[in-house]
Amino acid sequence: MSRRARPATAERLTPRGMVALRAAPEAMAAVAEAAGVADPALRRWEGAGDRALVWMSPDERLLICPRWDAAALAGALAEVAGLAADVSDMRAAFRVAGPGARDVLAKGAAVDLSRAAFGAGDVRRTHLAEVAAMIRGTGEAEFELLCFRSVEGHVARWLEIATMPGRAPAVL
Amino acid sequence: MARRVQAGGRRIDRAKPVTFRFDGRRMKGFEGDTLASALLASGRLVMGRSFKYHRPRGPVAAGAEEPNALVSVGAGDRRTPNLRATVAPLSEGLAAESQNRWPSLDLDVGEVNALAYRWFPAGFYYKTFMRPRALWKHLFEPVIRRAAGLGRAPERPDPDDYEHYHHETEVVVAGGGVSGLAAALAASRGGARVLLVERAGWWGGRAPTDGAEIDGRPAEAWVREAVAELRASSRVTMRLNAELASVQDHGFCLVIEDAAANGAEGLRERLWKVRAGRVVTATGAIERPIAFVGNDRPGVMLASAMRDYLDLWGVAVGRRVVVATVCDDGYRTALALKGAGSEVTLVDAREAAGPLRAEAEGAGVAVIAGAAVWEVSGRMRVKGVRVGAVDGSGEAREIRCDAVAMAGGWSPVVHLFSQAGGRLRWDAEGAMFRPDAARAATGADGEPFVIAAGTANGELRVGAALADAHAAGVRAAKEVLRKPCAASAAGSAPAGVDAEEAALRPLWTSPEGMGPEAASHAFVDFQNDVKVADVRLAAQEGYESVEHAKRYTTLGMATDQGKLSNVVGLAILAEARGAEIPQVGTTTFRPPYTPLTLGTIAGANRRELFKPVRRTPMDAWHDAAGADWEPVGDWRRPFCYRRGGETREQAVEREILATRGSVGMLDASTLGKMLVAGPDAGVFLDRVYTNMMSTLKPGRCRYGLMCDEGGFLFDDGVVARLSEDAFLLHTTSGGAGRVHGWLEEWLQTEWWDLRVWVADVTEQWAQVAVVGPKAREVLERLGGMDLSREALPFMGMAEGTLGGMAARVCRISFSGELSYEVAVPASRGQALWDALREAGAEFGITPYGTEALHVMRAEKGFVMIGDETDGTVTPLDLGLGWAVSKKKDDFLGKRGMMRSDLVREDRLRLVGLETVDPEAVLPDGAHAVEGRGRARRTIGHVTSTYRSPTLGRSIALALVERGPERMGEVLRFPVKGGAVKARVVAPGWYDPEGERQDV
Amino acid sequence: MLRLRCPVCGVEGEETEFHPGGEAHLRREGPGSDDAAFAAYLFERRNPKGVHFERWRHAYGCGKWFHVARCTATMEVFAEYSAEVSAPPEDVIERIRARRPGFGSPFGEGA
Repeated sequence: MSRRARPATAERLTPRGMVALRAAPEAMAAVAEAAGVADPALRRWEGAGDRALVWMSPDERLLICPRWDAAALAGALAEVAGLAADVSDMRAAFRVAGPGARDVLAKGAAVDLSRAAFGAGDVRRTHLAEVAAMIRGTGEAEFELLCFRSVEGHVARWLEIATMPGRAPAVL
Repeated sequence: MARRVQAGGRRIDRAKPVTFRFDGRRMKGFEGDTLASALLASGRLVMGRSFKYHRPRGPVAAGAEEPNALVSVGAGDRRTPNLRATVAPLSEGLAAESQNRWPSLDLDVGEVNALAYRWFPAGFYYKTFMRPRALWKHLFEPVIRRAAGLGRAPERPDPDDYEHYHHETEVVVAGGGVSGLAAALAASRGGARVLLVERAGWWGGRAPTDGAEIDGRPAEAWVREAVAELRASSRVTMRLNAELASVQDHGFCLVIEDAAANGAEGLRERLWKVRAGRVVTATGAIERPIAFVGNDRPGVMLASAMRDYLDLWGVAVGRRVVVATVCDDGYRTALALKGAGSEVTLVDAREAAGPLRAEAEGAGVAVIAGAAVWEVSGRMRVKGVRVGAVDGSGEAREIRCDAVAMAGGWSPVVHLFSQAGGRLRWDAEGAMFRPDAARAATGADGEPFVIAAGTANGELRVGAALADAHAAGVRAAKEVLRKPCAASAAGSAPAGVDAEEAALRPLWTSPEGMGPEAASHAFVDFQNDVKVADVRLAAQEGYESVEHAKRYTTLGMATDQGKLSNVVGLAILAEARGAEIPQVGTTTFRPPYTPLTLGTIAGANRRELFKPVRRTPMDAWHDAAGADWEPVGDWRRPFCYRRGGETREQAVEREILATRGSVGMLDASTLGKMLVAGPDAGVFLDRVYTNMMSTLKPGRCRYGLMCDEGGFLFDDGVVARLSEDAFLLHTTSGGAGRVHGWLEEWLQTEWWDLRVWVADVTEQWAQVAVVGPKAREVLERLGGMDLSREALPFMGMAEGTLGGMAARVCRISFSGELSYEVAVPASRGQALWDALREAGAEFGITPYGTEALHVMRAEKGFVMIGDETDGTVTPLDLGLGWAVSKKKDDFLGKRGMMRSDLVREDRLRLVGLETVDPEAVLPDGAHAVEGRGRARRTIGHVTSTYRSPTLGRSIALALVERGPERMGEVLRFPVKGGAVKARVVAPGWYDPEGERQDV
Repeated sequence: MLRLRCPVCGVEGEETEFHPGGEAHLRREGPGSDDAAFAAYLFERRNPKGVHFERWRHAYGCGKWFHVARCTATMEVFAEYSAEVSAPPEDVIERIRARRPGFGSPFGEGA
C-alpha cells in the first residue's frame, strides 16, 4: 500500500428498500419465510438473491430489498408480522472496504472488530462517531455501515477524516 | 557545568545535528535528544521558574516525572504549554519558551527571596485573603492569578488532528522496559492477545543504562531479541511513544499515543480506549530526592537522571559532582560520572555498603561514609555543599562542586496499580510502598485484574524483576485464557544476575531532624514549592490525614501529581505526627498518570464534528434560503428566514403576518413519529396517555399528554389512528428518543403480556405544515386527494397521493389557522417542499421558522413542552384537565396526580399576561413579586414571552400561584432598572372560539 | 466505566452502549395505593453499598431492557438476567451467595 493511499474507502450506497419487522420471536420463522430469506441467527444476517434479512433483536428484523419492492413487501409482511413498515428512507448506508477497514471503524465504535470476533455475516448495532449505527460484515475486509438519515452528513464527514491516508493505526 | 562528552549517548545520532530555539536563542543538539538533554549539552541548566516563589529551576529528572523543566513548545496555534522538557523530543526548527518568568528566565522580578518566603507558608492563601471580602475579587485574586500560573494557552484553534481508537485485548502490558518485555513475552507465548505500550521512544527502559546482563548477554542485546520475537508474533500489538495513562473499572484503560512521533501524517495524538482482561503494570520505579537545604537549586538532580543523561544522550551534568546517597545505587551514578571524566565525591548516609563501594573507590571516587549533605550553596547554579553528620550534630565541612546527585532510594510506580482501587503495602526494608497483590483492583468477575510486574512490583533488582515479570505474564495469560497450559508454553523466565547490595538507610530529611530554619529551605514538592516546614506546619495545625495535609500544603497537587514528592512528604508528615508511615498512608492515585491534552480528549469531535447535528431532508434548502439556525434537541431548525436587511424580529413578524393573512409553510420533519401496532395497541395507549385513545376512530386524530409516574407532564402530541390496531404517535422534536424509550420500557418491563409493537419511524418521513386561510387551495393545486372539509374535517387523517407523492395528511393545527400536516417519505421531502412553494406562489406562500411557530401558538395560548413545563408541572396546572381522563381506572401519572402536593390550591397555574405598556416585552423567566420587606416573595414566573404582530402588542404566558383566580390583577415583575407591570388574563388571545382552524 | 453483557443479544459492550434505568424490581403502585406505599414506589430507593439490583437497557444495541445484579462497591457483576421477572431468580441469588456468602436477598428466597 502506498503511503498516500487511504486505508479503506468509504462510499455512500444508493438507496435500497428497507422494511422494519417486529414479531414475537416464535413467529419470526414464518416472517422470514414470507420474506423469502432464511431467518438469521443471533446477530447475523442472511441473504437470498437481492434480499437480506438482518437480525436486530429477538423480536425485530430488518429486511433489505430493492427499493421498488419495499412498499409491497411491507404490505404483504404485515399479514404475518406484528408490525411491518416501509422504512426505506429512514437510514443511510455506507460501504467501508479495504485492508484498513476494521481499523477505521474501530476509531469510532467500541466493538471488537478483530477477524476472530467479527466477520462476514455478522451484525453489530452500536454507536459510532457519537451516533447510533449498525455494522454488517459483508466480506473479509468489507463492511456496510448504517446510520439514521439525519446524521448521514455527519457520518460521511467522519468517515472522510477517519480514512485519511498516512495515519492508519494498522492494528487489526 | 553540564556538557556533551564523547562517552555514551545511545539515543543520539551525532551525525545528525538539529537546530532549535530556546527563548529566541538559536541552539544545537542532535537527533534523538530531548529538549532537556540538548539544553544541558549546551550548558543551559535553568529551564523554568517555580510556581509560587519563582525560584530558578533546572531539571531534576530525565523522564515523565519531571517537576521543574516545564516549557511551552511550538509557536502560534501549535504552541503547547507546560510540556516537560525531559520528554519533549527535539526536532529541527523546534521553538521552545520558558514559562512563569518576567522579564527573562535569568532575571525574574517575581522571584520571592529567602527572607520573604517565610511569609508564604502552607495555607497562606486561606489565612491571608479572607477579609475584607471585597478585596478578594478586585485585588488579591487578579494579582495572584498574574503571579502564579504556568504556560499560556494558545489563542487560535489547534491545526492538528486527533483521534480515538478502540481496542480489545486479553492482556495489556504497560511499560516496555525489560520487565514489560518479559511479561509480554510470557503472556503472548502462553497464547494471549497482548498490547504492549511504552511511553518512551525506545524499548528496554533503564536496564541497559544500569549495566544489567540478561541471559548472559548485555541487556541491550537481550532487548533487541525480545522485541524481534514480539514483533513476529501475530498476537502482539506494540507501540512506542504510547503511555498507558489510566486504568479504570472492568479493565478499561486509556493509552495516549504520540501519533506524530510514530509517523502519522497530520495527526498529533491518538487516544486508545482499551478493554483488557488483565492489565500488567511494568512501569518501573522512580528515584526519590532527598530533602536538604537548597535541594531545588539548578544542578541538583536525581542520581539516576544524571546516569540517564550520560548514557542516553552523552551529557555529563557537572565537572565536580557530589553524590548524596542512602543506598548502593548511588555508586552506579558515581562510577558513570567518574568514567566520563568528572570529579566525584560520594556522601553515603550509611557506614557500610556493598561491593560497589570498593569498586567506586578503586575508580577514584572519594567516599564519605556515615554523612549527609546539609546544604547546597549557590543561586542560579550549585557552587558547593556542606556535608556533616547524618543526625545534624557537629560541624559541617564544605565541598566545592557544580552539581549534586540525589540517590534517596526508589519508589515503584504504583499509580496504574492503584488507580482502579488496588491497595499498597509498606515495605520497611526497602522503604517503599509496593503493590499488595492480595488487594489488587478487581474486575467484573470479582477477580483481580491488575498485576504489577518487576520493578513496579517492588522487585528493584533485575534478576528478581525479570522472574516476577515473567510470572506476571504467565498468570495473566492463564487467567484470560482459563487454561492451565500457558505456563509451559511461556518458557522459563529470563535470567539476570543480582550483585550483592547492602541495605538502604531511609533519610527523609538531611540531616535527620533538621531544625525549623533549615526546614523552610528544604523542598519536598518542587513544582508547588512545598517545603519540609510546610508539611510539619500542616501536622501541627491538625491536618493529620494525608488527604487534608495534601490539600492544605498543595503537596502533590501540581501537574506532576507529586511523582517525586509524595513518599518523602508523607514520611515527613508521619515523623511530625509521631506515626508510622503505613499509618499515614498515601493519597489517592487518580488517572491520568501524566496530563493529557484537550485535543486528545476531544479526538475527532471538533469543528464540524463537535456534536452530531441532525438535519431534515430540506436542510440544504433552508440553508440556501438564509435560515437563522436554532438547535432543537439534536436537530437544527430554521428560527426564521431573513430577507435582505431584515432583523430577526422583522423576519418573524413578516412570517407570522403572511401565514395568518394567506398561507405559510413549516418544515415539521423533526416531530417524533412512533408507529404503535398490535391487538392491544389501544389498551396500551390508554395507559401511557392521560386521555382516552382506544375510543379514537380510524382516520381521526387526538391531542394527547404523557406524564411520568409522579404526575408531571413530559411530552405531548397528536395521535392518529391508522387502522383498528395501528396508531401513529407524534411527539415533540426533542422528546422522540425519550418517548420511544418510555414506551419500550413499560412494554418490556411491566406489561410484557401486551401484544403491542412499537417502531420509531421519525426519520422515515418528511413533514410540512401548510398553514393559513389559503392552505387548502395550495394543496388542492397539487391534486390527488380530496381535502375538502367534508372529506377531511378538522382533526381528520387521510392517506393518499398528493402531487404524485404517497402522502399522509393530518388536519391538525398548532397555530389556530386552517392547517394540514403533510408527511411524505423523507426522500421526497424536498420535492414536496418545492411543489408547495410553486403551488403557493400566487398566494405568496411564506416559509416560516420555529419562532413564528412559537409566537402563533402563544397567541392561541397553546403550551410548549420545555417552555411551560419543567418537570414539576402537571396537566391540571396548565389548564389541560380536559385532556386528563376521569373515566380510566389507571394510567401513568394518575396516582401521582392525587398526591397532596399536586392538588394544592396554591400551585403555580398557567395564565396569560398583557403588559400594561403594550410595547414592553417581559424578559423570559422574569419573576412576579409581591409584598414588601420580609414579606416580599415570588409568586410566579414568565414561561413564554413575545411581541405578537397579530395582536400588535406584547403577550406572555406565565405560571402564577392561584393564577386563574387572579384574572385582571396587575402583577409586578422587577427587571434590571425598574419593573414591568402586566395584567393577568386568560391564555389564548387569537380566535378563542377556534373558528379559523375548523373551516 | 462498566462492561456489561446483554442477556438478550449476548453482546458484551461498553457502558456507553447501555442506558441505566435505576433500581430494579420496584412494585408499581397505582391509584388504589395509600400514600406510604406510593411514596415508597416513587421515591424510596435502597441505594446499598454492596449487592444491588438494577435495570439497564441495551439502548444502542438490541434495544432490550434487562436486569443486572452487581456490587456497587467493587463493581463486580454477578448476573445479567431477563427483564420479565419481578424478583431475582433463584440461580441469580445463588450466584451472588457464591461470591458473597450469607447474602440476604431483599426479595426473599428468589422467584
